[in-house]
Amino acid sequence: MTMAKGDLVVTELAFVRQANIAPRPPPAAMTGALGWLRENLLSTPFNIALTILIALLFAWAIPELVKFLLIDAVWSGSDRDACLESVQHREIGACWPFVWERLPYFVYGSYPISERWRVDGFFVMLAIGIVWLLWLSAPRRDLAAVYFFMVLPVASFILLTGWAAIGLQPVDTVLWGGVLVTIVVASVGIVVSLPLGILLALGRRSHMPVVRSLSVIFIEFVRGVPLVTVLFMAGVMLPLFMPEQLSPDKLVRALVGIALFASAYMAEVVRAGLQAIPKGQYEGAMAVGLRYWLMMRLIVLPQALKVTIPNIVNTYIGLFKDTTLVFIVGIFDLLRTIEVARIDPKWATPVTSTTGYAVAAIFYLVFCYGMSRYARAMEARLAKGDRR
Amino acid sequence: MSSELSAPPRPAQVVFYNDPKVRSVAYQLALCAVVAFLVYGAASNAIENLARAHIASGFGFWNNTAGFDISQTLIKYSARGSTYGRAFWVGLLNTLLVAGVGIFFATIIGFVIGISRLSRNWLLAKVAGGYVEIIRNLPLLLQLLFWYNAVLKALPDIRESIAISGGIFLNNRGLFLPQPIFKSGFGAVEIALLAGIVGAVAFYIWARKRQERTGQQAPMLWVALVLVMGLPLAAVGFTGFPLGFEFPQAGRFNITGGVEILPEFAALLFGLSIYTAAFIAEVVRAGILAVSRGQSEAAYSLGLRPGPTLRLVVVPQAMRVIIPPLTSQYLNLTKNSSLAVAIGYPDLVQVFTGTVLNQTGQAVEVVAVTMFVYLVISLGTSLLMNIYNSRMALAER
Repeated sequence: MTMAKGDLVVTELAFVRQANIAPRPPPAAMTGALGWLRENLLSTPFNIALTILIALLFAWAIPELVKFLLIDAVWSGSDRDACLESVQHREIGACWPFVWERLPYFVYGSYPISERWRVDGFFVMLAIGIVWLLWLSAPRRDLAAVYFFMVLPVASFILLTGWAAIGLQPVDTVLWGGVLVTIVVASVGIVVSLPLGILLALGRRSHMPVVRSLSVIFIEFVRGVPLVTVLFMAGVMLPLFMPEQLSPDKLVRALVGIALFASAYMAEVVRAGLQAIPKGQYEGAMAVGLRYWLMMRLIVLPQALKVTIPNIVNTYIGLFKDTTLVFIVGIFDLLRTIEVARIDPKWATPVTSTTGYAVAAIFYLVFCYGMSRYARAMEARLAKGDRR
Repeated sequence: MSSELSAPPRPAQVVFYNDPKVRSVAYQLALCAVVAFLVYGAASNAIENLARAHIASGFGFWNNTAGFDISQTLIKYSARGSTYGRAFWVGLLNTLLVAGVGIFFATIIGFVIGISRLSRNWLLAKVAGGYVEIIRNLPLLLQLLFWYNAVLKALPDIRESIAISGGIFLNNRGLFLPQPIFKSGFGAVEIALLAGIVGAVAFYIWARKRQERTGQQAPMLWVALVLVMGLPLAAVGFTGFPLGFEFPQAGRFNITGGVEILPEFAALLFGLSIYTAAFIAEVVRAGILAVSRGQSEAAYSLGLRPGPTLRLVVVPQAMRVIIPPLTSQYLNLTKNSSLAVAIGYPDLVQVFTGTVLNQTGQAVEVVAVTMFVYLVISLGTSLLMNIYNSRMALAER
């Protein structure tokens, strides 16, 4: 080897360059639109192939979707003939007149037409409650919780089921349907599951063995079985367990099932929050002489619930999607009204089903995506205090 | 210790009802009494209501003839000759079938989407993100109904079946595939397959021990492939190809022969896999993000190439984070398969809690058995999960 000579004269080393290299060309733009493209879309041959593939997918899917929903869609008509390819002699997209005609059914179900203002009133009251609770600079937010968790349930119950004494004609829950039922089921689940979930979570962390084991049994049992079977249990077994004259109606049974199911999941979410509170907080509260419920209400729960708000909203999203399952026990929620309307012979066309499902998809997407955006914004807001 | 110190003064005697111990016992006794009262009330009402409806309680119905047909049966079943108990097993097996196949596909799609969300390709990451956002925010039931009613039921009917090459037919009654027929002599192939699996496991154990002892690595993948695939193939060759196919025959009104995949099964499978995959994708993404960048940088600085870095450093640590929530997603998929009842796939809930309950009226027993099955699956899985977690937990100082 050349090194063996022990002579370190640079010129004699074969691997050392004698002349300067020609300067390399400057690197391709790493900033600006072109640099961004190169960095994020075209960095390797594999990435280039992927980008082209996805672009092709978009080029195919987006025009198809626009064509179906807008360009080829039918906008007016009075029955199925308007949406039949064999009658219209053109390609048919979404059948919107079907939706226009059935919209009242999708929103109110079979609620008596003369009484539908009451449903509107319920929606308005609910909207006020939600805005009041969620809008952070709204006035008197301390009253919002009272309104939402106490006034609203009672007032809506009276408004929707009717009370002959004040001139509101009673409406049987069999007639309720559509968005009304979906919203009622979801709000009952939301209003009941949080307090019940907190109680169960506290029970699970209690030092009393009986309280703890009852909570654990309930939570693990409910979380271990599918919601469908809980609804079946509420639907079939609840009437068995009640005295005959008290037998609850179908909607109430489903509400009980949904509320119990959601509470068990909420309990686990709250428990995770409780576990995140350091022991010193409990000890500090006890040291200043607070009793159990005061300690929980003033020291522990405010901190625990704060860290779990995003998870609570996520549970609510799950609950909102799960309300569709009341469909299976024969309650006319939005999905079931669409299911009934789409097989109506008056509008039976090959595109009716897809149109109906598109409406349902938009409805659920708007609500669930809205909630998840809220959860994320909340998470970011709450994380501000921990940022350094 | 020091005897000079006087004993601290005894605290003033607390009134007995302010003693926390007494209170806690009292609270618990009260709770027990309330629960006992509720259970007693429910039970006595149930007995009274059942007596009024003339329903005999108990599992006597289990051995009665079922008398209804089931569209998909993995074990022998007939309406006339089989019992309700048999129908239960048929339903349970159908549930396990769709859950097992669904878990397989959901895992693959979920891992692909989850890794894509972290891709350096901006477009791919956004598409994967859009998939997750849209699929997670739509109710599963809506997706199932869409697949079943809007996609699969919209396929051409039986007379205009789409014929795919290889004797496969597709129409709105299902997908018809050729059925393999095992002729005599196929037993040798099965034995060869079994021997191959046993051999591969034995080789794995030996190679692992050798690697721990000497540091030498064995070509594990190739040896396993040769053992598991090669041995049965060789057996097929030796025994003179004892395998035939029965092709579906398209008639005027029906397709006979072959294996049929029901549209209900396909819709449930699509719905469950696509829905659960969105959740699995989030689990995978969180798991990979949980491995700090320093880990892969350290591996690179040791001289590992990207492949081994991923395989030996990142994935094992990510799996520790991924597996517990992944199992709970698997459980969710299994529980969600009960939505089959909405599209008429004969799973446990549809067959047992639906048809059997309606025919027998044994609400308490039927619902209890169904819940028990799901509970056993859930609690069994969480037990395994706890064992796994305690074995995989980080050994902290």
